[in-house]
Amino acid sequence: MQFWHFSETPYPDLPPEPEFDSIRVTLPNRVLDPALAARLWDRYLAEWQVADDAGLNVMLNEHHSTATCMDPAGPVVAGALARLTKQARILLLGNPVANRKDPVRIAEEMALVDLLSHGRLDVGFVRGVPYEVSAVNSNPVRMNERMWEAIDLIHKAWTTHDGPFNWEGEFFTHRQVNIWPRPLQQPAPPMWVTSTSTGGAARVADAGHVLATFLTGYEGTRKVFQAYRDRRLATGGELPADDRFAYAALVYTGRTDEEGLEGARKLMWYISSNKVPSQFVLPPGYIPYAQRAAGLAGQSSPYDFHTKTLDELIADGIVFAGSPATVRGQIERFYERVGGFGHLLLMGQAGHMDHEETVAGIRAFAEHVKPGLEHLLPAAAPVGV
Amino acid sequence: MLTLVDETTGTPAGHGVVLDVTELGSGAPVVVLHGSEGAEADYEFLKTLADERRVIAPSHPGFGLSPRPDWCTSVEDLSYLYLDWLDRIDAHDVTLVGLQFGGWLAAEIAVRRSPRISRLVLVDAVGIKVGSRGDRDIADVFAMSRTDLDARQHAVPETAPGDLSLAPREQVLHIARNEEALALYGWEPYLHNPRLRRWLDRIDVPTLVLWGEADGIVSPEYGRRYAEAIPGARFGLVPGAAHRAQIDQPYEIAARIRDFSA
Repeated sequence: MQFWHFSETPYPDLPPEPEFDSIRVTLPNRVLDPALAARLWDRYLAEWQVADDAGLNVMLNEHHSTATCMDPAGPVVAGALARLTKQARILLLGNPVANRKDPVRIAEEMALVDLLSHGRLDVGFVRGVPYEVSAVNSNPVRMNERMWEAIDLIHKAWTTHDGPFNWEGEFFTHRQVNIWPRPLQQPAPPMWVTSTSTGGAARVADAGHVLATFLTGYEGTRKVFQAYRDRRLATGGELPADDRFAYAALVYTGRTDEEGLEGARKLMWYISSNKVPSQFVLPPGYIPYAQRAAGLAGQSSPYDFHTKTLDELIADGIVFAGSPATVRGQIERFYERVGGFGHLLLMGQAGHMDHEETVAGIRAFAEHVKPGLEHLLPAAAPVGV
Repeated sequence: MLTLVDETTGTPAGHGVVLDVTELGSGAPVVVLHGSEGAEADYEFLKTLADERRVIAPSHPGFGLSPRPDWCTSVEDLSYLYLDWLDRIDAHDVTLVGLQFGGWLAAEIAVRRSPRISRLVLVDAVGIKVGSRGDRDIADVFAMSRTDLDARQHAVPETAPGDLSLAPREQVLHIARNEEALALYGWEPYLHNPRLRRWLDRIDVPTLVLWGEADGIVSPEYGRRYAEAIPGARFGLVPGAAHRAQIDQPYEIAARIRDFSA
C-alpha cells in the first residue's frame, strides 16, 4: 500500500464564524494577512518535506476563493514540491479540469512538473467542487462531460509525438496541439480520477485510471470500488489490482489513543469550518435535479458531516485516529470492508494544528503504522512505474 | 422525478424536440416565452391573457416538462427552434411575449425576424449588456440566498416560492429543473449575449417593454436602455411588481398586452 501525506494548506486565522456568511466564494480576502499566509506556506511545504524524509508520498490539491485551501494553482506548488522533495511521488489530486478553460495548458503544466520531479508525478483529475463554480465562472451543468473531454484531450496531448493535431470537441477547441516539453514518464504519468458515484466509477474503470474517493466511509467507498470492479469484469477485463483504488481519510497517529484522538479533534476543523450557504453548496446542474430538489427542500446530504461526533466519524471509517496499533487496526478493517485498496491519502493537517503536532503525526504514522501495513500490498511498486 | 412529455403526450416541434405546450383561449395568437419560473408558475397570467386571446405557451427544452435533446444548449438553438416552430404551426399575426429569460429569447428571435411575428412584448427581459465591464447589470441569481432571490423577483411576497421545505414536492422539482436549464443556457456570458444589443435595431415590429418598478434582478434603468435600443419601442413601468412582474401583477400585465395588441 502507498501512503500519501495530504494537506489542504488552510488559512485558519479567521474571524468568529457568526461574523461571516461563507468561508468560500464571498469571504473578503482582506481577512488574510499576506505575511502570515507566507509563513503558513513555509511550514506546509516543510511538512511535505518531512513526509518525504519519512518515506511517505505527498499529495496536494487546488481550490479557489476559499480560506480552507490557499492553493489556487496546484501546478505551481507541485513544481515547488518537485524540487523540495527527493523520493516521494507527488500526487496532484487534482486538477479541477471541468473548471479550467484550457486543458492543453494543464497537459503542459503536468509535463513540466513531471520533468522537474524526474518522473515522480501522479496526475489527478477532479470535476471541481460545487462551491467553486461561481468563483471560477464554470457552468455547473454538464461538468462530467466537460471533465472527460478535457481528460481525453490532455492524454492525447501527452501521447502524440508526431506533430500537431486539432481538437474540435464539444467543449474545447484547439489547433496545432504539440506540447513541448513532454512528460518524462512514458507514455503518460499515472492518472487518477475522483468519483463518489457508481456511474462515475464505471467511467473511471473504462479508462483504467486510479479511482479515488474522499471521506466516503465504509459504505460509500465499498459501493464505488465495487462499481469499478464490476465494470471491469462486465467488460471482459480482469479483477483490478488494489493499486487502482485510493481512499482519503482524516488520519492522526499519536503515541497513545488519547493523543491520537486529540490530534483528530483538531483535524475536525476540516469538517466543522465549512460554513457555506446553500446557493454555493447546491448550484443548479451540479447534481441531478431531483437530488438537488431534495437538498433545496431541506434534506441533508449523506456527506454532510457537521452533526457527527468524532466517535461517529471513526465508526464510519472517515477518521482513523489513535495509537499506532489502533490506527493500523482501523485501516486493516477498512481494507477488509471495502474489498481492498492500494492508496491511503492521509489528511494529516487541518485548521489550527501546529507544525510540531503535524510533524509528530506524520512521523508516528510513518514509523509505527506504515511498516505494519505493508503486508496489505507487499509487492506494490508506485503506480505507473 | 417529473414525468416529461414525449411524442404522444407532447407537441413535436421538429429537430427531435418535443414541447410541453399550454394552450388556452381563442382569438389572435399570443406566444408567451417563460422565464426561469416556468410556464406553470405563470398560469394566472396566461389564463387572464386567454380571456380575449389564443395563448400558446411552450416550455423551452429543459424547462417544465419539455425534454432537452443533447444538442440544444444555447439561446441561439432555442431561437431557431421557435422560428421553425412558428412555421410548423402556421401561426400568423403573432404577438410574441418574452418574460425575463424568455424576454432575452424573444429579442433574439425578433432580431432574426419572422413575417409571422407582428408585435413584440418584453417583460423584465435579460439578455443584453448595458453597463461598463465592471457593472453587474444582472444580479447574480446563482449566488444569492432563496430569501434574497424571492425578494428581488417578487414584490408580492405571497406569490414567491418561499420556504422550499414547505413547498409542494412537485413545485420544488420544477424549480430545480428550471434553474438547471437557466444555468445551462445562461451561465456564461451571464444571462446575456454581448452581441445582442448591437442588433436590436433590426427589430421591425411594434415593441412594448414592460418593467416591474421594484425589479431587483435587472433595474428599470436597464429596461429603459433595452427599449431605447429597439426602434420605436415604448417603455412602461408596472407598479407593485418586481422581476417576475407577470406573477406579481398578472391582470395588469395581461391588460397592457391586450391594449397593445388590440
